[in-house]
Amino acid sequence: MEVRVQNIRKEFGRFPALNDVSLDIRSGELIALLGPSGSGKTTLLRLIAGLESPTEGTVFFGDEDASRKTVQQRNIGFVFQHYALFRHMTVLDNVSFGLTIRPADRRPSNAEIRRRAGELLDLVQLSGLEKRYPAQLSGGQRQRVALARAMAVEPNVLLLDEPFGALDAQVRKELRRWLREIHDRTGHTTVFVTHDQDEALELADRVVVMSKGKIEQIGTPDEIYDTPNSPFVFGFIGQSNMLPVRIENGQLLMGDQPVGVSAPGEADGAAHLYFRPHDIELLDGEGSISGTVVVTRRVAGTRHVELDIGATGTKVEIELPPEKFTSDRARIAFRPTRWKLFRT
Amino acid sequence: MSARTAPLWQFRQPSVLPGFGLALGVTLTWLVLIILIPLSGLAWRSSALGWATFLELATDQRTINALRISFGTALAAALVNVVFGVILAWVLVRYRFPGKRLVDAMVDLPFALPTAVAGIALTTLYAPNGWIGSLLSPLGIKIAFTPLGIVFALVFVGLPFVVRTVQPIMEEIDKEVEEAAATLGANRFQTIRRVLLPGLAPAVLTGFALAFARGVGEYGSVIFIAGNLPYVSEIAPLLIVIRLEEFNYPAATAIAAVMLMISFAMLLIINMIQAWSRRRYGYGA
Amino acid sequence: MAHEAVSNTGSGNTELVRVATSESRLARYGLIGLALGFVALFLVLPLAAVFTEAMRNGPGEFLTVLSDPETFAAIRLTLLVAGIAVPLNLVFGIAAAWAIAKFEFRGKAFLTTLIDLPFSVSPVISGLVFVLLFGSHSLAGPFLQSHGIQILFAVPGIVLATVFVTFPFVARELIPLMQEQGTSDEEAALSLGASGWQTFWYVTLPNIKWGLLYGVLLCNARAMGEFGAVSVVSGHIRGLTNTMPLQVEILYNEYNFVAAFAVATLLALLALVTLVLKSLLEMKYSEQIAASRRH
Repeated sequence: MEVRVQNIRKEFGRFPALNDVSLDIRSGELIALLGPSGSGKTTLLRLIAGLESPTEGTVFFGDEDASRKTVQQRNIGFVFQHYALFRHMTVLDNVSFGLTIRPADRRPSNAEIRRRAGELLDLVQLSGLEKRYPAQLSGGQRQRVALARAMAVEPNVLLLDEPFGALDAQVRKELRRWLREIHDRTGHTTVFVTHDQDEALELADRVVVMSKGKIEQIGTPDEIYDTPNSPFVFGFIGQSNMLPVRIENGQLLMGDQPVGVSAPGEADGAAHLYFRPHDIELLDGEGSISGTVVVTRRVAGTRHVELDIGATGTKVEIELPPEKFTSDRARIAFRPTRWKLFRT
Repeated sequence: MSARTAPLWQFRQPSVLPGFGLALGVTLTWLVLIILIPLSGLAWRSSALGWATFLELATDQRTINALRISFGTALAAALVNVVFGVILAWVLVRYRFPGKRLVDAMVDLPFALPTAVAGIALTTLYAPNGWIGSLLSPLGIKIAFTPLGIVFALVFVGLPFVVRTVQPIMEEIDKEVEEAAATLGANRFQTIRRVLLPGLAPAVLTGFALAFARGVGEYGSVIFIAGNLPYVSEIAPLLIVIRLEEFNYPAATAIAAVMLMISFAMLLIINMIQAWSRRRYGYGA
Repeated sequence: MAHEAVSNTGSGNTELVRVATSESRLARYGLIGLALGFVALFLVLPLAAVFTEAMRNGPGEFLTVLSDPETFAAIRLTLLVAGIAVPLNLVFGIAAAWAIAKFEFRGKAFLTTLIDLPFSVSPVISGLVFVLLFGSHSLAGPFLQSHGIQILFAVPGIVLATVFVTFPFVARELIPLMQEQGTSDEEAALSLGASGWQTFWYVTLPNIKWGLLYGVLLCNARAMGEFGAVSVVSGHIRGLTNTMPLQVEILYNEYNFVAAFAVATLLALLALVTLVLKSLLEMKYSEQIAASRRH
């Protein structure tokens, strides 16, 4: 089901947690809400769920205004960071819970509930553990039970709050891939919150980058990485360098040196130049950024080189294929090939 | 022989902290002198009675009635305390209302108020001419000087056991668990009945057991309000005192032994349930 | 901790969210009313009754009754007994907690159970065991009699019974607290060259002092208020072996209600002071005391 969030504002006391946030989630989409802590991503998720109510604004499920419905009526699936499993119930009872509590006229038969729960446990690869209690499971297994439990009610939308946050790195990676598989198989509209950009970029169809209660950018992982539309997104996603520059006649200057980048049509004035360490080419001599090598590190298939450029002491980091860098080079000149200007 | 081989049987794990011998020595000496020797004296005296005598004393009708009254009223009071203790703990943990701090502090009153004082105070309230008793007697309800009066006294005595056992566990309930139930469609009543209360069961059981055990042995608060009518409202501890005053030591010993055996058996069962719960669900109380 | 939804400004649908983790207003008020009613009926009214009955004939008679020499003797005996029993159990409690909380050894769980034993024994039986031990029909009886040593129906018996009944209080409070604190502080002190006693005095004791005080408070309340056990061993000799609770019983059974309630008032005040101190300790040093509540 598609979910639309319209002009949502949320204040806790007088602290604004979300400010005029709008978001369209397409049916069947896997969307990540990405941002640092305090960016409002969890609040947005809880507003969609109905665990919080907005100070202003509306949430639509399909064409229906969901803002007037309680969390119970919205029929959503919510997965909590710390699992929130019912510890006195077996795995099977946990998964069946949402169905068994339905009023008699909407409740499937016991056999049907059992069959459906069994199917879901199959899907999350936990068959055989039906009789176990949460305390007897590993963290990864618990989170899979939590997901199965949320899916059992055939939710309009599946909401996951930092679903892998409490797990160790190895299990995280496994579950990430596995969640994508499950999503592709079941096709639930899914929104998950994360502060881990790798997780968001690897898993989501679209990523919503949030900061300070606002949406900074919405886009596919490629769009977010390749064309960040704000200094925040540029800085938050991946590695980046920032240089203060001046524009004169469509040419970018640092101090009095041209940096080898032209921006035809840009008005004159000060700006910040952003580029990623690997989006550069090496040059010889003038018309470029040049600096002395401070330190270099070999990271997997690339060499990271830290350069000291100019008297300001500004440092930039670039990445080179190892064969392009020889240890006797004390000075390097380069030019960004992909970059973005933000006016100051 | 290598010094590095770990001994097969080790009384205690090595530690750099000093004073283990002294501390354990003091503890054991005190324990043996104050608790173990006196209690084994009771065991020895009751076994010296011989099986036949013991059985005869223990199955005396007045004794049986007294035991039945003690255990029956303690059970009833513990059940009342489970209901109201859980409600009280819930209200104290979850709601805000004026005077909450005061109420929270008052819950411990039965721990702090000497039982004899509680006894005469409750009697004054519930006697037929008392503050509350005079309101009830026209309706034909008698509380003081009946088994019901015993139950009232035991409710007073046992209340903090339930509240203070359940309260900390309630405080630790993860709010996410309630939210999870709500997102799955459970209404508030279903969440409480199917999710919250079962999670509290081990703590409630412990509180029940403590209140019950205390009620069975309670003496001071009961004897004033009970009326102490043999066969009807005479509790077992009182019968022990009566037998002692008659210098009938064998009878007193036998009743005490029966009481202790039943109490210990109950505590053992409760402990086993707790251990089982901890093994299975990963939590107890 | 209150779990109410954070209040919203300018929004009408807080109710919608509240139902997720709280009850309806009606249910809330109903439960609060029920709880308060129960507390009023079972806790507040009895306490009020004590003070009202004592003042029934005015403060004049109240004071006359209290200045009675027998009452005075009872107060003195109660203070004496508590003054002996509490320090004894204090030393024992610290020793037991040190051994149990700071070391791992076999039979520890069993030892902890034994320490709790007095909690599950009827006070009357706690008194009875000493009657069986020291009474004239006991093994020790003839020996004690021939040497003129009076234990039963005398102060030593009352002290013994009180010690038995209050045995676990301090230890129970300290064991979970010291377990939670672990041994690293003490190990650090030892590594800095402190002796065992210095470590205990300068490191352990400051860490546990509020928990210790809490335990002593409860121990003292019980020691002064104990009735059943003391009643069995005391022999009820007026002016000699009557503690305050026993004095209350005697006066009450003589239908001297005002006097009974006057003495009871003193005990009730003791209880109230205990509760106030207890609450203060809990408020100020909750993190130091909480350990024992969670146990």
